[in-house]
Amino acid sequence: MRLKKSVVLLLSSVLSIGMLAACSSKSKGDESANGSNVIKIATQTPLSGGSAIVGESMRLGAQMKLEEQAEKFKELGYTLKLESYDDQSDPKKGVSNANIIGADNSIYAVVGHFNSGVTIPSSEVYEKYKVAMVSPGATAVTVTDRGLKTVNRIVGRDDAQGPAGAKYAIETLGAKKIFIIQDKTAYGSGIADAFKVAAEEAGAEIVGYEGITVGEKDFNGVINQVLTKNPDLIYFGGIYSEAGIIIKQARDKGIDVPIMGGDGMDASGLVDIAGDAVKNTYITSVAGDSTATEAGKKFVEDYKAKFNKNAEAFSVYGYDAMGVILHAIENAINENDGKIPSKEKVAEAVRSVKDYEGVLTNVTFNEIGDNTNSKIYLYKFNEASYPGILEGEVGK
Amino acid sequence: MLLEMLQSLPQVLIDGLALGAVYAVVALGYTMVYGILQLINFAHGEIFMTGAFIGTTFFILLMGMGWVSSVPQIFVLILVLIVTACLTGLLGMGIERVAYRPLRNAPRLIPLITAIGISFILQDVIRFIAELSSGNYIVTGPSLFTDQMTISFSSLSSIFNDASFKTSFLIVLVTAFILMISLDYFINRTKWGTAMRAVALDRETASLMSINVNKTISITFFIGSALGGATGVLFAVQYGTIDPFIGFILGMKAFIAAVLGGIGNIRGAMLGGILLGLLEMFASANLTLLTGGIFGAEYKDVFAFSILILVLIFKPEGLLGKPTAEKV
Repeated sequence: MRLKKSVVLLLSSVLSIGMLAACSSKSKGDESANGSNVIKIATQTPLSGGSAIVGESMRLGAQMKLEEQAEKFKELGYTLKLESYDDQSDPKKGVSNANIIGADNSIYAVVGHFNSGVTIPSSEVYEKYKVAMVSPGATAVTVTDRGLKTVNRIVGRDDAQGPAGAKYAIETLGAKKIFIIQDKTAYGSGIADAFKVAAEEAGAEIVGYEGITVGEKDFNGVINQVLTKNPDLIYFGGIYSEAGIIIKQARDKGIDVPIMGGDGMDASGLVDIAGDAVKNTYITSVAGDSTATEAGKKFVEDYKAKFNKNAEAFSVYGYDAMGVILHAIENAINENDGKIPSKEKVAEAVRSVKDYEGVLTNVTFNEIGDNTNSKIYLYKFNEASYPGILEGEVGK
Repeated sequence: MLLEMLQSLPQVLIDGLALGAVYAVVALGYTMVYGILQLINFAHGEIFMTGAFIGTTFFILLMGMGWVSSVPQIFVLILVLIVTACLTGLLGMGIERVAYRPLRNAPRLIPLITAIGISFILQDVIRFIAELSSGNYIVTGPSLFTDQMTISFSSLSSIFNDASFKTSFLIVLVTAFILMISLDYFINRTKWGTAMRAVALDRETASLMSINVNKTISITFFIGSALGGATGVLFAVQYGTIDPFIGFILGMKAFIAAVLGGIGNIRGAMLGGILLGLLEMFASANLTLLTGGIFGAEYKDVFAFSILILVLIFKPEGLLGKPTAEKV
């Protein structure tokens, strides 16, 4: 009998909580439907985990742009609000956040993600809710090749990054025997495969192709293989936290050949981890040198003044991605006679952006959401300082 | 194929020993607690991680002081090792007092769950502190003992390549062995060690023989955690970069090493740890060769664990474990 009572109590409390929850969510919905004129933009980047430095810098860049534009949108009668989510570089977390974002009626667009592996499943959810996404850093080909209407990116693609790296490695560095290591993620293996194909076409011999596990700290096993094969270049497809350790452990073993990698290694953490060992490391990056232009220099200074942190390579991309979104929303509002457009219209407006002049990027989206004006940049590290020295840029 | 494997063998052995020594000392913590409480202390991996962070913090602090640079690095290391071991030892005792002792007579599954809970708490507390103080929780300590050494195996026989390592490898290996030998001595030769063995054998009878069971268990946790913390420092010295999640994978593997050697058996844990380190390193260096390129180095864990499963099928009590007779 007592058991029955407690069950009844439990059930009734569950019911009442459920009703309360339903009430609260309903009232929330009413509020935004009444047109309190709040436009929310979400950022979804890794704020914790191995890529936290990059994710945080993207979010801050986006926040900066949003705050700068807030005044302008106020005149149009709208309040801008930033909602930042942490995808933890984890596809599961990304998707569950994406569902929250999709369910929120006042979120019109997303700046994110950094990791391609997270972007791909999360964007399926955005597509369902017709929320426009502009990625400041996801470079895997699959991201846009699926032809989703809401998915865009302002950076280059892996199939441009790999070949650009291969071209430089073979033509300028004269590499003939190349050892490839990748981290088994969508990004890492994607960029490593693209590099491999391009390098083989250019006549280099791939003497090894190995995978490592993200999160480990001892890569001596793979490095021993490199020692036996004795290549004249090592290519790593992965993120800086593993790259830094691989570079350090390889140099400790006396491997002094150039080590090359993609934009995942483009973070100050690489230099922090590898220290002096970072010399003779090359990275291709979809991110340009923020200080290369006048506007870029001003951005870096403002960023430092605002957040008291140095701008990372991707800060400016967070800023420009937000810029593209706000530019498109503004267009959509104007087309809609100053009334707030539907999410679908916003997504269309984002896709139709032409010649948007950002701080570092010039954005024109093609029919699958790739930026036709993206570039690949090549950096070299001569000393333990970040960023490296810009060696050249390759158009798309 | 064989030739290539032999070429890299000396280097593989050296790297495997370094990794295996770390596994072995961490495995000791698992095996001691299991031996005495039949509890798998999943928080042990996180105690190891905490030790790595405490040690790195001390290194960074000490290296910032001017006078330290005139002291030989080895003394700094010993100082940091002792302080860290004491701190993590106390932490382990505290965890036992708070999370395990009240549940000692509960079903075995319950303390297992609190152990997992403690490990999450430790991970996130450390992450929080590290992020608060440095803005990023991947911490890189000062590089110590970076002198390169080369053993000329090639002069031994032309089949082998030379092997090279940093001084830190020797430090890790020697310290780990000192820790293991002194623990072995402690368990087998001292009064407290005898008490621990007695409690492990039969808690109730031991308490009838005027052994203070609670105190003995506390000491077991202190020693196990101190060893784990000290290994954390060694890990930080050897690999340089640490993050709050190193304890998870490494703790798992150390636990498996303990099972491989026979859980509850101190010498078994040492053997299991070294063996697992060697197997893993061997697999990641040679798996491509062995399988003709079908499986790459990323399957090293599959290889190591297949061997583990084989061992456990034919010898379920572990390599050095004794089959336990059913208590009547």
